[in-house]
Amino acid sequence: MERDERIKGGRRRLVLLVLVAAWLGFPWLVAGNNYLLSTLIIIGVYALVSTGMTLLMGYAGQISLGQAAFYGVGAYTSAYLTAHAGWPPWLAMAVGAVLAALVAFVVGIPVFRLREHYLALATLGFGVIMFTLFKEWEAITGGLNGFFGIPPISVLGMSLQTDIQFYYLVWLFVLAGLWFAHNIVRSRVGRALRAIHGSEVAASSLGVNITKYKLQIFMLSAMYASVAGSLYAHYVTFINPDLFGIVPSIYFLIMVVIGGTAGVWGGLVGAAVYVCLGEWLKAVVPILMPDAGGEFEIVFFGLLLIIMLIYMPSGLTGAVQKGMKRFRTTAGSQTGTTATTERHEARSIGGGHG
Amino acid sequence: MEAWSQFVQLLFSGLTIGSIYALVALGFVITYSVTGILNLAQGDFAMLGALICIALVNSGVPFVLAIGLSMMAAMVIGGLFERLAIQPARHSSVAVLIIITIGASFVFRGIALLVWGTDPYALRPFAGGGSLSMFGAVIQWQSVWAIVISLASFIGLHLFFHRTYFGKAVTACVINPFAARLMGIDIRKMSLGAIAVSAGLGALAGIVIAPISGASYDMGIMIGLKAFIAAVVGGLTNAPAAIAGAFLVGLLESFAEGYLSSGYKDAVSFGLLLLVLFVMPNGLFAKMTGKRV
Repeated sequence: MERDERIKGGRRRLVLLVLVAAWLGFPWLVAGNNYLLSTLIIIGVYALVSTGMTLLMGYAGQISLGQAAFYGVGAYTSAYLTAHAGWPPWLAMAVGAVLAALVAFVVGIPVFRLREHYLALATLGFGVIMFTLFKEWEAITGGLNGFFGIPPISVLGMSLQTDIQFYYLVWLFVLAGLWFAHNIVRSRVGRALRAIHGSEVAASSLGVNITKYKLQIFMLSAMYASVAGSLYAHYVTFINPDLFGIVPSIYFLIMVVIGGTAGVWGGLVGAAVYVCLGEWLKAVVPILMPDAGGEFEIVFFGLLLIIMLIYMPSGLTGAVQKGMKRFRTTAGSQTGTTATTERHEARSIGGGHG
Repeated sequence: MEAWSQFVQLLFSGLTIGSIYALVALGFVITYSVTGILNLAQGDFAMLGALICIALVNSGVPFVLAIGLSMMAAMVIGGLFERLAIQPARHSSVAVLIIITIGASFVFRGIALLVWGTDPYALRPFAGGGSLSMFGAVIQWQSVWAIVISLASFIGLHLFFHRTYFGKAVTACVINPFAARLMGIDIRKMSLGAIAVSAGLGALAGIVIAPISGASYDMGIMIGLKAFIAAVVGGLTNAPAAIAGAFLVGLLESFAEGYLSSGYKDAVSFGLLLLVLFVMPNGLFAKMTGKRV
């Protein structure tokens, strides 16, 4: 067993090393191709949001149909505080995250008393109300016309203007976010969340304060979304309410469903697949059908969502994990390893089968 | 006098939109009662019904026939949706089923966008144009039609559920699915029927509202969500309460738009949703009426 742990620890360090090397080396690989870099930046931003949502949906088993609202809170807080109030971007980002957590706290207390259908509806309602707020509170948000001229973010007095600089920044956040999520899942909180996911009644009868843990993870996922929103605002320097409405919330949901909730990686995988598929559609559809526009994207992702949920409800990471497990058992390796990996695995979205 | 006529005007527009929400909300209640699924694609049946009807009318099909055909088309689409997307996943968790209906809603919207584009379309009023004047308010005849048609559908549905064999079978499924199965009622057939009927009702709602506010590919989201609020306010399984809830939402929205600001009307109805969910999650009328469907 001890040997197992040591091997696993070594492997984990190796994975970390490879990831950091990939993070540092990638821009050299693509040789400053700005299209690829900006795609990667967007993947990183979305991955932050969907990692938070993966924690919420996969580990705590709670559905959120209004996550884009928190993304918007971060984006608008950063935009307003840096452009109009002249605050430093980092402080504004932190304020945005705290604000998002506060909103999640206030909304979460009544929302998490609800279950299933009602929970889905309440988060949807919350999303619509926040969208209305972004649209109508023109003094702060600029209304439907959008918010222009968000200043760039700066690190150590150097303002980040190029894609390559921004790439490093965003992916630093993604790696930190994944590392943090990874640790949360292994902590006492993670175990409590999995217990809640398994059975709320059983968990609470064993003394797990389910409301507290659900609320905490909801606040955490709101902070992930908010930081992503701040980064996005500084990257594109222009935001409008449509980016934070119900449809974007659904797109974040699609990412989580694609990636699956079998591990903290799901969010990253889902965001990458979603963005790449979107770019691929944009490239391919005009060749096949010259006068078609963005409508294919909606049909495509709608169908993908249905098919994934029917045939692969645990998403890509879930399917890979299952495949690997089967491979390992047929290869006849020790069953001890499979048992340990199983322990950290989350279930499919939204609780057990019923 | 000015204030009075504005009040009547808002009252009527609230009743009109309320009757549309009521039709869609009834679809929700029927689907939810029979299958236990919250169908977030319900509003898109209204969109499909309206757009198909407009296409048929524009290609020269007589008006009444076009309405019937488009309702039937919506029912077929609803049936396909049930067989292809709901049945294969019927053992999944509630959250998965909800997300599947969201996916279906995306597909419907995307297909409508492919066929009809982003332009809004108009449908001619049911019986000539014109309007009638009452207490200084101008009321379109179409509004009267909307209210009358939805009231007629409520009565029709009531008769359907209490007088016909199929309707009684559906009611039996709602009251106790297990006992219904023991009596030889095929639950899967009931599920198909329930979603098809809901789709037809939704299509009717879309057709009725099309002459007033036009029809476009994205009209389904808001109609669906508002009808949803109505159904939740009414308690999800209680048809008369859902109808009452729909009129409440319609009136509230209309007065919020008239007296506050048009931008906040969505926030007002969703605020009502959150309030009801938090304070009395079984619906406003939970104690007043205990009967289902």
